[in-house]
Amino acid sequence: MGEFIVTLLTGLSSAAALFLVASGLSIIFGVTRIVNFAHGSFYMLGAYIGVTAVTAVGGGAVGFWVAILLAAVAVGLIGVAMEILLLRRIYRAPELFQLIATFGVILVIQDVTLWIWGSEDLVGPRAPGFTGAVTILGQRLPEYDLVLIAVSPLVLAGLWLLFNRTRWGTLVRAATLDRQMVSALGVNQRWLFTGVLFLGSALAGLGGAIQLPKGGADLLMDFNIIAAAFVVVVVGGMGSIGGAFLAAILIGLLQTFGIQIFPNSTLILMFLVMAVVLIFRPWGLLGKPEIPGHGVVEAPEAPLRPAGRGLRLAGALVLAVLLLLPVAHLAVPAAVDDFLLVLVIDIMIFVLFAAALHFIMGPGGMVSFGHAAFFGGGAYAAALLVKFAEAPMEIAFWAAPAGAALLAILFGWFCVRLTGVYFAMLTLAFAQIAWSIVFQWGEVTGGDDGILGTWPSDWASSRIAYYYMTVGFVVAGLLALRRMLFAPFGYTLRAGRDSPLRAAAIGIDIKRHQWIAFTISGAFAGLAGALFVYSKGSVFPTEMEIARSFDALLMVLLGGVHSLTGPIVGATALTWLNDLFSELSYWRFLLGATIIALVLLLPDGLAGLGDTWLARRLGLAAPASGSGANGQETPA
Amino acid sequence: MKVKYVLTAGVALGVLSGALASSAPALAADEIKIGDINSYTRLPAHTVPYRRGAILAIEEINKAGGVLGKKLVFVSRDDQGKPGEAVKVAEELRSRDKVALVSGSLFSHIGLALASWAKQRKTLYLAAEPLADALVWAKGNNYTFRLRPSTYMQAAMLAAEAAKRKDAKRWATIAPNYAYGKDAVAAFQKVLKKLRPDVTFVGSQWPGLFKIDAGAEVQALAAMKPDAIYNVTFGSDLAKFVREGRTRGLFKGKLIVGLLTGEPEYIDPLKDEAPVGWLVTGYPWQDIDTPAHKKFLAAYQARWNDYPRIGSIVGYNTMLAIQAMLKKAGSTDTDKMVAAMKGLSFDAPTGPITFRAVDHQSTMGAYVGWTVLKDGKGTMERWQYLDGANYLPSVEETKKLRKQ
Amino acid sequence: MTALLEVDRLSKAFGGVRAVQDVSFAVNPGELLALIGPNGAGKTTCFNMLMGQIRPDHGAILLKGRDIAGLPPHRIWRLGVGRTFQITATFSSMTVRENVQMALISHRNAGRRLWRPAAGTETAQADALLDRVGMAEQGDRACSVLAYGDLKRVELAIALANDPDLLLMDEPTAGMAPRERIELMRLADEIVAERKIGVLFTEHDMDVVFAHAHRIMVLNRGELIAEGTPEAVRANEQVREIYLGSSVEAGQA
Ligand SMILES: Nc1ncnc2c1ncn2[C@@H]1O[C@H](COP(=O)(O)OP(=O)(O)O)[C@@H](O)[C@H]1O
Ligand SMILES: [Mg+2]
Repeated sequence: MGEFIVTLLTGLSSAAALFLVASGLSIIFGVTRIVNFAHGSFYMLGAYIGVTAVTAVGGGAVGFWVAILLAAVAVGLIGVAMEILLLRRIYRAPELFQLIATFGVILVIQDVTLWIWGSEDLVGPRAPGFTGAVTILGQRLPEYDLVLIAVSPLVLAGLWLLFNRTRWGTLVRAATLDRQMVSALGVNQRWLFTGVLFLGSALAGLGGAIQLPKGGADLLMDFNIIAAAFVVVVVGGMGSIGGAFLAAILIGLLQTFGIQIFPNSTLILMFLVMAVVLIFRPWGLLGKPEIPGHGVVEAPEAPLRPAGRGLRLAGALVLAVLLLLPVAHLAVPAAVDDFLLVLVIDIMIFVLFAAALHFIMGPGGMVSFGHAAFFGGGAYAAALLVKFAEAPMEIAFWAAPAGAALLAILFGWFCVRLTGVYFAMLTLAFAQIAWSIVFQWGEVTGGDDGILGTWPSDWASSRIAYYYMTVGFVVAGLLALRRMLFAPFGYTLRAGRDSPLRAAAIGIDIKRHQWIAFTISGAFAGLAGALFVYSKGSVFPTEMEIARSFDALLMVLLGGVHSLTGPIVGATALTWLNDLFSELSYWRFLLGATIIALVLLLPDGLAGLGDTWLARRLGLAAPASGSGANGQETPA
Repeated sequence: MKVKYVLTAGVALGVLSGALASSAPALAADEIKIGDINSYTRLPAHTVPYRRGAILAIEEINKAGGVLGKKLVFVSRDDQGKPGEAVKVAEELRSRDKVALVSGSLFSHIGLALASWAKQRKTLYLAAEPLADALVWAKGNNYTFRLRPSTYMQAAMLAAEAAKRKDAKRWATIAPNYAYGKDAVAAFQKVLKKLRPDVTFVGSQWPGLFKIDAGAEVQALAAMKPDAIYNVTFGSDLAKFVREGRTRGLFKGKLIVGLLTGEPEYIDPLKDEAPVGWLVTGYPWQDIDTPAHKKFLAAYQARWNDYPRIGSIVGYNTMLAIQAMLKKAGSTDTDKMVAAMKGLSFDAPTGPITFRAVDHQSTMGAYVGWTVLKDGKGTMERWQYLDGANYLPSVEETKKLRKQ
Repeated sequence: MTALLEVDRLSKAFGGVRAVQDVSFAVNPGELLALIGPNGAGKTTCFNMLMGQIRPDHGAILLKGRDIAGLPPHRIWRLGVGRTFQITATFSSMTVRENVQMALISHRNAGRRLWRPAAGTETAQADALLDRVGMAEQGDRACSVLAYGDLKRVELAIALANDPDLLLMDEPTAGMAPRERIELMRLADEIVAERKIGVLFTEHDMDVVFAHAHRIMVLNRGELIAEGTPEAVRANEQVREIYLGSSVEAGQA
């Protein structure tokens, strides 16, 4: 009995930090519709600043709590800085474009934190007066756990009062329900948003600081909390603070009891819960269905045009360079070295991966946060065939797109029922489940030791042969994707994205089409995975990680989502920049800063380069076209 | 519209030409390049000391005239903690920097990826720190060698010491949920069971790496009512586990064994909360008083104004191994270097080391002892240096493990 | 003669709001039937149930004798129902012609073709439909730049693409100039006469309603309160009351 009670209380206390971080994330999303991936970084900053503040203020009984609050306020101000300097400038940009900006912020904060606090883990200071344990029916429970158990309901109550008893809070709630309405009421949206960023970030900072007595500060905290925080927000219902509270407790308790019953379940449990909740309650426990047209009304995409002379010329030029590169390598190995071919192979693989994601993201309007499942899943399908059947490349290679397609059929069946951020989160959940299976099932997949020895057959094993093989597959893949885009199927996809209402009312079974598109996209991502696994000779669960999914997402968003050129340019630029910067010690800072700069300068992505003010200045681009009345999506 | 495409193509071409321009091969005849790959951004606390140790050795070697009349050049690169990236960097080091061999890495999976690459590209790879047993056994190959004592060796050392405690019969384990944790638990269980058939393992906990829910794990361990606990967690997980376990009274009256827990990388951040009375492997750098180590310590502190970690000594020893190998091979021809590595013996600050010809594992040992608190810092007492050679399987057994 | 559409006690409530309550009616082929009522009466909700955008709480919808209640819109469309929306719904990233082409392609069941480009298919047919609604010149323009009245006409062209037996038009002339309204309704008259299809439409302009509808139904707070020929409806006391006399009087004038 004592054991049960103490386990229960332990679960409740571990929910506290999770709730604080998740509630902040939820508030920010609810009002600004920004999926703030940098929220984990704020949590990390809260911990680091907390350690410093406790040292500075002195750890007395009062000083400790003052320091914790100071940390929260400081992080809140950092959130404000991010809003004013960065987000405010890109609210008008297409939805999810802000994602990239927050990616950039993550990278920058990582290096800045490393630079300020150094690389060694910091152990958190203990809370004066709460260092011991209480004994409950013969079982010991740290006193600080009781503090944490008390904090969540207190914060929840405080937020409730704020949102229901103050004018500002009422506005925030109104904005969560309908942003356009608030701007119509003449409320100064800017300061509303700034305030929300402060509150949300401060909550993340508080979460980071308040967990110090249970842990400390380290450089991996940001990524470690962010996935969990998203799970809590989504399970609770995006924008719902009560939901976040409920979900944090649910997940805290499930983890604590789950660990005792299934010690191996640590990696998968949370994501299983999220998948189940999203399948049965697509808007989370306490969330409300998305009001269509709630977010920013995006500028409509221009109609598709067949390739003009310029594009054909550019394409032919790039292709010619690609085809001649090995020749140049043989002729002047000093200038065109072997590694350049390696780099181009890498770039081409990611171009195909990004283009595959673009197929659903651009024309389909479906943003996947879990496409690494198909890239890595394909790679694993091929590698498993090599490992267990010693299949030659000519056979195993095809297992990758086929296996990825099967996986996409399975995941897609569930995912296409959802839309927007919920779709994205469900893809993330499935990708994480797939990842944990690969990671955990060591006997078959080799766990994180991966599968080795997936090298090409002899005829393709020379660098140049593999280079041509890669270029061949990628170019063919891109042409095929483009062809489908211009075929009726591609049009129906865009139709479903532009107006689901109209698409259904002309007989298009949108969900079915999206499912097919998801499968095609998965297959092409798998093809990229096949090229990858044979170019590296091994595959590891890293290829299915969230970070890999985000790579592709970043490439598409940075390149521009409006045409296939986007992912091509985005993947090329990012892979190349990554290689260029990675030789430097603070490469993350540089990459992050570059990404932020690009976001600010090119809100349409790199491929939108032609439409920027620079191009207009130079008289190169047509002036922006007029606006029309469209984009409404209620069956009225 | 058109402009967009032209610009796009321009960007693509720019990228290509940029990549072209950055490939400036500088191959001086009087130097030997060593390609170093490690997770410098992902785990700087562990890899930066490694690099410092390596650079110190290189500087000393060069000051003494280099090897084979040539200077050693250390080309160090980050793998971002990703195996795919590591392989790409290896390709770059090999083809652009023209390194003679590749060394380094800390994560096991990256070590394994590089090993597979080394075999395919017929390039020598000296794995410095990855601990996976598979690196030299199940997935070992002709071109891959490893310096640091493996998971199996260190677990076996601890099991041999733990076996002496007759009162510890019910064992529980806690290890991060990935290959290293699983190997470490399996090896410990195997060796301890062999030495002490009377012990039982009552349960295992597997927290996610760096994602421990310490309160819950401690509750789960307490529920098993063990006499002894074998801990493999490290880093931030360890800090949380120790604090929670102590507050909840988990360690009281129990024998606690901690793999790597005594290494400065892990015990130092705990400061005055470092566990006391644990049986651990580690690196008591303050107290090693062999002349060779004293000399290393003084040089390291002078060069870096910091004390060495386990990574530092591994980095230092790695470069000494390369120096000895080059001398023996008399050339940077890969086949000759591989032949020289087999059975290579050299003296390191930690004692003599030999690379076994049968599995390419070095016999570098580990320091095993009991943790104490001294001047508000955790360190080790009653420690001894255990030679790795005594904790490796026999040649016959190894051949079975290494199915090539 | 069997009715084209028979609706029996159709009901829908949103939370506490009973948007549509036990509404029953029939539409015959070749009939132009108006559904009128003040804002919020439940007209659009009715349409949404007829075409599957909303699932009815209960009630039957028989299309050519077959119960279609609860079917998804894309299935109902394939059974021969076309629709325009009160707030236009078109594909903003496509040209006017492509919008119509999409409907035609879908009608030919060619929407899943992955290879042959869509650009060349059904162009002549699409242009013919656009010509019919007076949008032939604007075929190459992007839908996103059209004026609202033009969008309504594009919607009509789209809705006609599957040769529907039943056409639902939700406020088809809203946002149009008077001249345009007359043209559009004249077109509706022609189509009904030519193809003998049934048309159910809602409209706020009483001139339009009384000039074109063969029959009129009046909906108020979700309930059908009157139904009959324009003359009968005009004479109905309850209807006069709801419209405060004004609109109906105006319609008479
Ligand atoms: N999706 C919905 N959710 C809640 N209430 C709705 C919804 N759609 C319509 N309503 C309500 O149902 C009633 C009928 O609306 P509607 O059918 O649009 O009327 P009309 O088209 O006759 O103006 C109104 O009170 C409206 O507020
Ligand atoms: Mg209406």
